Amino acid sequence: MDLATSLSLIVPEIILAVSGLVLLLLAAWGGDKGARVISVAAAIALGGAFALVAPSVCAGASGPGTVAFGGQFRADAFAGLAKLMIFAAAGAALVVAPRFFERAGVMRAEFPVLVLFATLGMSIMVSAGDLVSLYIGLELNSLAAYVLAAILRDDERSAEAGLKYFVLGALASGILLFGMSLTYGFAGTTNFGGIAVAVSDGLSTGQLFGLTFVLAGLAFKISAAPFHMWTPDVYEGAPTPVTMFFASAPKVAAIALLARVTLEAFGSQDDAWRQIVIFAALLSIVIGALGAIGQQNVKRLLAYSSINNVGFILIGLAAGTVAGASAMMVYLAIYVVMTIGSFVAVLLMRDADGKVEGISDLAGLSTTRPALAWALMALMFSLAGIPPLFGFWGKFVVFQAAVEADLVALAAIGIAASVIGAFYYIKIVKVMFFDEPAGTVTGEGDTPHWALLAICAVLISPLGYLLTGWLGGLADMAAASLAIAF
Amino acid sequence: MGGFPILSVMLAVPLVAAIMCLFLEARQARMVALLATLIDLMLGVVLWANFDIGGAQWQFTERANLFAGFEYALGIDGIALMLIMLSVFLMPICIGASWEAITKRVGEYMAAFLLMEVLMIGVFAAQDLFLFYIFFEAGLIPMYLIIGIWGGQNRIYAAYKFFLYTLLGSVLMLIAMLWMVNEAGTTSIPVLMEYDFAPQAQTWLWLAFFASFAVKMPMWPVHTWLPDAHVQAPTAGSVILAGVLLKLGGYGFIRFSLPMFPDASAEFGWLVWGLSMAAVVLTSLIALVQADMKKLIAYSSVAHMAIVTLGLFAFNVQGLEGAMMVMLGHGLVSGALFLCVGVIYDRLHTREIARYGGLSINMPAYAVLFMLFTMAAVGLPGTSNFVGEFLSLAGVYQANSWVAFVATTGIILGAAYMLYLYRRICFGEQKNADAAALPDLSLREYLLLGPIAAAVLWMGVYPESFLAPMRADIELLDTRLAAAAPEGDAQLVMGEGAPEEEEHTQGEAH
Repeated sequence: MDLATSLSLIVPEIILAVSGLVLLLLAAWGGDKGARVISVAAAIALGGAFALVAPSVCAGASGPGTVAFGGQFRADAFAGLAKLMIFAAAGAALVVAPRFFERAGVMRAEFPVLVLFATLGMSIMVSAGDLVSLYIGLELNSLAAYVLAAILRDDERSAEAGLKYFVLGALASGILLFGMSLTYGFAGTTNFGGIAVAVSDGLSTGQLFGLTFVLAGLAFKISAAPFHMWTPDVYEGAPTPVTMFFASAPKVAAIALLARVTLEAFGSQDDAWRQIVIFAALLSIVIGALGAIGQQNVKRLLAYSSINNVGFILIGLAAGTVAGASAMMVYLAIYVVMTIGSFVAVLLMRDADGKVEGISDLAGLSTTRPALAWALMALMFSLAGIPPLFGFWGKFVVFQAAVEADLVALAAIGIAASVIGAFYYIKIVKVMFFDEPAGTVTGEGDTPHWALLAICAVLISPLGYLLTGWLGGLADMAAASLAIAF
Repeated sequence: MGGFPILSVMLAVPLVAAIMCLFLEARQARMVALLATLIDLMLGVVLWANFDIGGAQWQFTERANLFAGFEYALGIDGIALMLIMLSVFLMPICIGASWEAITKRVGEYMAAFLLMEVLMIGVFAAQDLFLFYIFFEAGLIPMYLIIGIWGGQNRIYAAYKFFLYTLLGSVLMLIAMLWMVNEAGTTSIPVLMEYDFAPQAQTWLWLAFFASFAVKMPMWPVHTWLPDAHVQAPTAGSVILAGVLLKLGGYGFIRFSLPMFPDASAEFGWLVWGLSMAAVVLTSLIALVQADMKKLIAYSSVAHMAIVTLGLFAFNVQGLEGAMMVMLGHGLVSGALFLCVGVIYDRLHTREIARYGGLSINMPAYAVLFMLFTMAAVGLPGTSNFVGEFLSLAGVYQANSWVAFVATTGIILGAAYMLYLYRRICFGEQKNADAAALPDLSLREYLLLGPIAAAVLWMGVYPESFLAPMRADIELLDTRLAAAAPEGDAQLVMGEGAPEEEEHTQGEAH
């Protein structure tokens, strides 16, 4: 594998890195006046990367031709599909952010640059074929994310969110590094393929510890219970466009990464990690559902909702099969759309001069702002997994994979617990449709926000089912491109 | 029908109208909704007229490969045909019943009802397991909104209870369906109806389906959502709930539980019988002491549905036919009774029985129609419910005479609470001045109650029209169940019957 081939495989990442650096220089000299131009340029860079990745996803790229730098980097269809979701989510964040920050009077030119660097980090994460590239990608993403969370410097809650995210994120990185060092020490290699060979005839105690700590570190990043505590605080404190970004793109990246570590590196030892994943999945579903019930703030509620959703995605991982990995990707794609839609709806909740985030402020929204209320209702029922909305399909494929892998009991418990979650989703609908109008949400929304909400609403409407064949096909090819050692 | 996708059109018409209603003003929304439901009724009549009795089991089949994992497959047999007819027949009546009673957010209300119609037709016409599930579950959304927005005092509690109760019942069924599809390798309902699952697996699958259908039915003791939902829903909501939504449970049993898991059905027959017997007696007694008219009828629905489950699990043709007839008859009669309650509720705005009295003096026409439906609910010969109840009980008697004995007390208790209700509302002194001043039925109300009265009498006098399309399907089901059917205790031996000539001579001797 010569250098030129390797470089040709990472062209999307090179584009992101170079444009990030150039835009950073522009921001440093141009100041905040050019923030909007830089946002547009960043979005164009993301679009370019998206266009470069798309063909390999559609072609189902797999095999040795996708391995760069001696196994450090994998540009296969699995990574590609995850990248498409990440780029789309990052693009959505860039679209909604300028309006939000301009209203607050703090549109900073660093914002699009940080989003680009975070995206680059995630792009490396999902393509990682080695523990070291995994860690580099993860930290690049995390460091950018800490700054993004605290970007509203005058807002105490934003600063608090940034600090909390940093401290807990650093702890998680430490745990992850510890696990990686144990794995390296007992497997003798950091390469996923090498680890797979080393563990193929049973895990030693040291390897098992390594695996456990790696999983714990990654569970932090995907905010799976019991490592979810930071999520509600960070989601509430961070500016809404940033929260939208956190809830969508890094989730995709970390889950894809988790899938690669478990299925590729430790694929032959699925009994060892399956119990951990099942535990985290069920606990996430239950905690995500119970924690959300008492919430008064929409963003906190959505934070718990994301914990809940991660639980369902992990059920797909617990299946430990190609079908399970494919189901996860389908769920993630639908989840990203639902998350972006929900947070855009939160952005559209405005009173005359600012943002509104209380659930009680939504009261009677169906009479004062019918379009917003109907879109939010569709999103809520979709998140709850009620057919005929598209969110049902995500749960459906995940549970189908679990049942096919003979995990019927897990599927039954998981789906029964989803009923608890339905309670708070329909509570939002109740507040919007059954209660008397509170008259708080009076401000006008912005056109880009409405456009994005409309796109999300159409995708999660029953029309989304027409995409099931296409999406399922892409996800199947992506899952098949994983080098799973069974 | 030469390739005309009539079932898809029946789904599309109310769907398009529902979307239109969202954007229309009150007056236009009412007209659009009425028009759409009437078009669907016409299409339903065309469907019935073109249904080939004795022809293929599945007719009007449509198939399109639109989705991954499941198919858009529609098709009906006689059982589904009759239930679709019930749905399309009741829908225009529901729209009419809401004509004046609903004044706020009319467009959304009509949209929710039209959506319900789409989903109900979809449930009965779906030939794919997951398509069925989607239609089956999706009904929660419009019903939640109907109860929650346009309901009465305690509507929010009732809406939550309805939603969560039925959702919990259904999700386990989804897991069972996933397992079945994984095992059998097909999502087609007709194929699965002939697939023999291992007896061990049948037990679990049956229980998972039972959890869902028992809640929808609703069977005692998971019926408690029904009185709340009924009382709080607007009149038309109650009509749809009682008329069609309760039939989903029975349809589920007859389409899924019985043919797909015959061994488990036989194994758990005692469970269904036990719960049904408890329901017949207990809910009838509870109905007797209700002070709220809607609650009384709601409890009587639970008792009637128990007769349906008894008939279904009698494992013979009479029981199955009877169960279907009770479902159809109850759909009409309980719907009509809720409309009757709605008529006086719209005038006096109370459902308390004690606030009325002597209505037959100032509302004679109302009293006559109400009497007809009361008698039908009691099961008087000549009305729809008699046919169904008689057949089911005859079927149950063949299977177990003691069960039949307990179930029959339900008829007696039914007569008690219905006649007691009627006496308190229509007869006696006019003790309340405002009730005594109520005007009689308006033309609109005649138009609502008249067609149901006609259908009730038709079904009572000539049930063959309704039984004929279902006969072949029920016989097929009976043969499917024959191997698993438990032995009855009645040991009926058919008499020889007198020779034909002798009968004639005897006749002439008189």
